[in-house]
Amino acid sequence: MIPFLKLLARNRLALAGGIVLSVVIALALVTPLLPLADPDVTDTANRFKRPFSDGALLGTDHLGRDLLSRLLWGTRLSLAVGFAAAVIAATLGAAIGIIAGFYGGRTDNVIMRGVDMLMAFPYILLALAIVAALGPGLLNALIAVAAVNVPFFARNIRGITVGIAHKEFVDAARLAGLSNARIILTEVLPNVVPVIVIAMSTTIGWMILETAGLSFLGLGSQPPQADLGSMLGEARSALITNPHTSIVPGVMILIIVMSINLLGDGVRDALDPRLKSGALSRPMAATLVNRAKPAPQAEDKGLLEVQALETQFHVKDRIYRAVGGVSLHVEKGECLGIIGESGSGKSVTALSVMGLVASPPGVITGGAVRYDGDDLIGAPYRRLREMRGRNVAYIFQDPLATLHPLYRVGDQLIEAISAHRPVGKAEGRAKAIELLQAVRIPNPEKRITDYPHEMSGGMRQRVGIAMALANDPDIIIADEPTTALDVTVQAQILSLLDDLRRSRGLAIVFITHDFGVVAQLCDRVAVMYAGRIVEEGRTADILDTPRHPYTARLMACVPELGGGKRRLEAIPGLPPVVDRLPAGCAFADRCDKANEACRQGDIPLERDGAQAVRCLFPERPPREVAS
Amino acid sequence: MTGYILKRLLSAVPVLLGITVIVFLIMAMIPGDPATAILGSYATPENVEKLNRDLGLDKPLVQQYFIWLGNMLQGDFGTSFALNRPVIDEVLERFNATLVLAGTAFVLCSLFGVAAGVISAANQYGWADKAITFVVLLGISIPSFFLGMMMILFFAVNLRLFPVSGMWPIYGARDLSALASHLALPAIALAVVATGVIARLARSAMLEVLRQDFIRTARAKGVPERGVIWRHALKAAMVSIIPILGIQAGFVLSGAVYIEIVFQWPGVGRMLVDAILKRDILLVQGGVVFVAACYVLFNIAVDVAQSLLDPRIKT
Repeated sequence: MIPFLKLLARNRLALAGGIVLSVVIALALVTPLLPLADPDVTDTANRFKRPFSDGALLGTDHLGRDLLSRLLWGTRLSLAVGFAAAVIAATLGAAIGIIAGFYGGRTDNVIMRGVDMLMAFPYILLALAIVAALGPGLLNALIAVAAVNVPFFARNIRGITVGIAHKEFVDAARLAGLSNARIILTEVLPNVVPVIVIAMSTTIGWMILETAGLSFLGLGSQPPQADLGSMLGEARSALITNPHTSIVPGVMILIIVMSINLLGDGVRDALDPRLKSGALSRPMAATLVNRAKPAPQAEDKGLLEVQALETQFHVKDRIYRAVGGVSLHVEKGECLGIIGESGSGKSVTALSVMGLVASPPGVITGGAVRYDGDDLIGAPYRRLREMRGRNVAYIFQDPLATLHPLYRVGDQLIEAISAHRPVGKAEGRAKAIELLQAVRIPNPEKRITDYPHEMSGGMRQRVGIAMALANDPDIIIADEPTTALDVTVQAQILSLLDDLRRSRGLAIVFITHDFGVVAQLCDRVAVMYAGRIVEEGRTADILDTPRHPYTARLMACVPELGGGKRRLEAIPGLPPVVDRLPAGCAFADRCDKANEACRQGDIPLERDGAQAVRCLFPERPPREVAS
Repeated sequence: MTGYILKRLLSAVPVLLGITVIVFLIMAMIPGDPATAILGSYATPENVEKLNRDLGLDKPLVQQYFIWLGNMLQGDFGTSFALNRPVIDEVLERFNATLVLAGTAFVLCSLFGVAAGVISAANQYGWADKAITFVVLLGISIPSFFLGMMMILFFAVNLRLFPVSGMWPIYGARDLSALASHLALPAIALAVVATGVIARLARSAMLEVLRQDFIRTARAKGVPERGVIWRHALKAAMVSIIPILGIQAGFVLSGAVYIEIVFQWPGVGRMLVDAILKRDILLVQGGVVFVAACYVLFNIAVDVAQSLLDPRIKT
């Protein structure tokens, strides 16, 4: 309860709403004690007195009654009726919902059918019908408003209860022989209360509005008794000549409902864990760049050159160093593999190239990404946009999630082209078919009208590749493109990529956690651990003699066909969390060769011929051992 | 598609029947003798008995229901005793006026609500987002009848931009421009709350979609940001926005009651309130059933629109 209130108080708008609402409620509570004029005593000689006149702070109404007094008494009545309606609706609705959700089966079916019927009515219409039957009057209006809100609560609470009714602790209570009533009261109810509170806090404003509305129509409180709605309704005939009699109750309703809505939003945010973590922020068009140091000098290595790239995630007060100074390059027509466990920063490195890291929370804090010598970090969005897909294209992991579900694949292909140059309808179609042919999709003329969900996983990934090829890019960055596919399809996709590379002279950056894939496809490979490259070199060299202990352990994890009874070795422990990186070698805690020296100071990436390694005690090549 | 529409229409039959049952039961709750309620307490016992017979109220409840239902199916909703006119004629005439008002308001709230939600989400935490969030909060907190009164005061009385009330000018031509100037204020007043609700939900639907992988794909293709937001994200978000539009259509349709009273609009809502105050039960019954049935049919149209948008829905 205390953390909840704290969370609520931190939300300034909710706090303001809470304070205003408390003041209004306090005023309503003390109204009988205040030295106010009698709200119902008429004095036609003093009708329509202006606000701030003698003896009537807010003026008088059409019968000369004191508006301030009527306002406070009316507020009291409106609040009471609104709260009462909310409590009744919540109680009845929750009871119905819990019974339907807990018992399920036919009970559930019958109840929910009825609820659906009630929800098929336009809301206020149902309230009108109920008032029509019961006759005008405040109590009847209250019943009507409560009744039309019952289905809303019932449906919400039922949904939650269904989830709870199948949880282990409920089963345990059943096995312990507790009665259903007891289980509902002790196990189910405490778990649905937060939902009831959320639902109430979001609807109570509505209920106050609706009861005020019925009174406004003359169907709620009857004269001389007046709530805010009927005050407004009575004042309507004098709207043009004496607007203050309308404005006073109207503004009060506005203040009450607005403060309730503010508070309700705060309550919902504080109780809904999904919103609490701030997960619902949208990624911007390009990753934020905030470089402390100027970009490093160009070294003119390769077509794409990543220099000392640093990308971080800023989540609240924490800083996660996802990429901590990565340097890479790829030549024209070359395939570079980046390998590492999940969380090693390989995908973030790849996405940083074209500013596609989700931001917030991602920020590029240092380094440079050079395409043909030009630094792209901090380049204006327009330049990045022009290059995306045209010079550097991406293939992503899960093609079901990465293709738009509601557009035909042909249209998505055509769009990839038309994003960079105008393309006519016929030409676009021809080009889309050609692209699908290039990735060996049979019947491309028919397939272009398919939606992604109508294709198999392998076919979808071929579409993903076709989309990357659409503008004949120089570089394709493939972020685990085969991970979501089964093994035979994986092999097909890999050989397709390899063929395309050779026939089109593409440079490929291939991100994977699978050494088998690297061996098949890549000329060079970089091994990443905890946001840094720990080893880099020609694929054959590294496969032959891994020099970093991590690389060696990672390769030992791969089962070999015909490898006999060799024990598959898992690496003990977990990679370090990148917001609390240890000093020195990040792998030290999992490495059996580590000693004190490994845990002190930065260890540089030392180059020895074609191979580079970030380790104080690298495994030595066999020939050195022999000599 | 035709099959799907037929299937949905067929599934609406039990809902429509349920609606008639609910309305019938509510009306059966009327305390005391409806005939006395209609004729007043000075009616002679003979008159009361005759009216009861005419209304079929001397028969058992179940039989009464089926007679009422059978008559309605033949288009006979009974006769309004206060207006001395067939209920269906009155309802149809009034419903036209409501349809003009609520239809316009619905178009307004759909367009502006969705647009505001999209702009808000695309500029999350920016000044546009904050401004829209504030206006939306104000919009969903203000009672529509109060807003309508204030709009009359400001735009009609002070600025004299629009007529104060009614659907047509008392003198002069009943043409489109006359209707438009009469319609402007009530339609906006009616649309405000729904616009706010739609904007809120559209904003969160957009935020949800903008985090999806296919948005990153669109950006990686080099699609300009405007296309990413208004085509890729909005189309996907519409899947969850369209049902909200359907629900809000119900609020607009029934919220028209207040606006029709404030602006003296000759719609079905004002008719219902008058009928309730006059205890004109048959008119209330007929009006409520008719409007609710129209709303059910409208919701089928919403489902069909949804299935046209989302090919994953089995039709």
